[in-house]
Amino acid sequence: MITQYLFYFLTFVAIFCALLVVFSKNPIYSALFLIVTFFATAGHYFLLNAQFLAAVHIMVYAGAIMVLFIYVIMMLNLNQEIEPHKSSLIKIAATLCGCVLGLVLVAALRETDVVAVSDYTNPGIGLIEKLGNVLFGTYMVPFEISTVLFLSAMVGAVFLSKKTIH
Amino acid sequence: MEIIKGIPLTSYILLCSILFSIGALGVLYRRNALVIFMCIELMLNSTNLLLVAFSRYFNDTNAQVFVFFIMAVAAAEVSVGLAILMLVYRNTKTTDIDALNKLKY
Repeated sequence: MITQYLFYFLTFVAIFCALLVVFSKNPIYSALFLIVTFFATAGHYFLLNAQFLAAVHIMVYAGAIMVLFIYVIMMLNLNQEIEPHKSSLIKIAATLCGCVLGLVLVAALRETDVVAVSDYTNPGIGLIEKLGNVLFGTYMVPFEISTVLFLSAMVGAVFLSKKTIH
Repeated sequence: MEIIKGIPLTSYILLCSILFSIGALGVLYRRNALVIFMCIELMLNSTNLLLVAFSRYFNDTNAQVFVFFIMAVAAAEVSVGLAILMLVYRNTKTTDIDALNKLKY
């Protein structure tokens, strides 16, 4: 019962803060509400018994990515006054498009009847031990390739941030 | 589908659809490139949540490994994207994406 209440609470927080990310005038408020959304998602991961992923999610998103965002916001000194404004026609069109997309997705997936693979649910699949076995067994090569991706991203970011590019 | 702790899988599917639509709405609604990045993160996030939900309901660890890779790609994307954004700001003095319309003409 408590799980259900937690689920609805986290769902409410996630959706409410996601809406505030979009509709906040000030970019720094958007970033802060995005952090709240990430924490709500991490709570969902805990409810789904993915403890390790929840920890990694908080570390990577709230710890690394959002720090980058807030750092850039502060460095560019973005605030409400210099926030670019769209015409209300485009805003209405964007809202309509978003709502129609949500409506179509919800209407199409509302009645989905997912066939269960097995009735037995193993609560230990989110633990680091099993995850590590799969990550360093089946997915060894993609894991190594992702490190190359990180290296190239780092080199690219440093190269782009240099003062002069010839 | 069997119900885990009173929450059907359909609830997670609906939650993730709504989060994804909010992200898409944000990409269309805002003009600030930084907020558009945040909305892309929101969409990636909803996909992650859906993958974790499926992995829980189907007893499959592979989906959680995919979540790892999505997180890795998101981190790389943000670092390069923000560097590009800094470059754009240095050249145009704004983060308005409508300033980048030279290819239109």
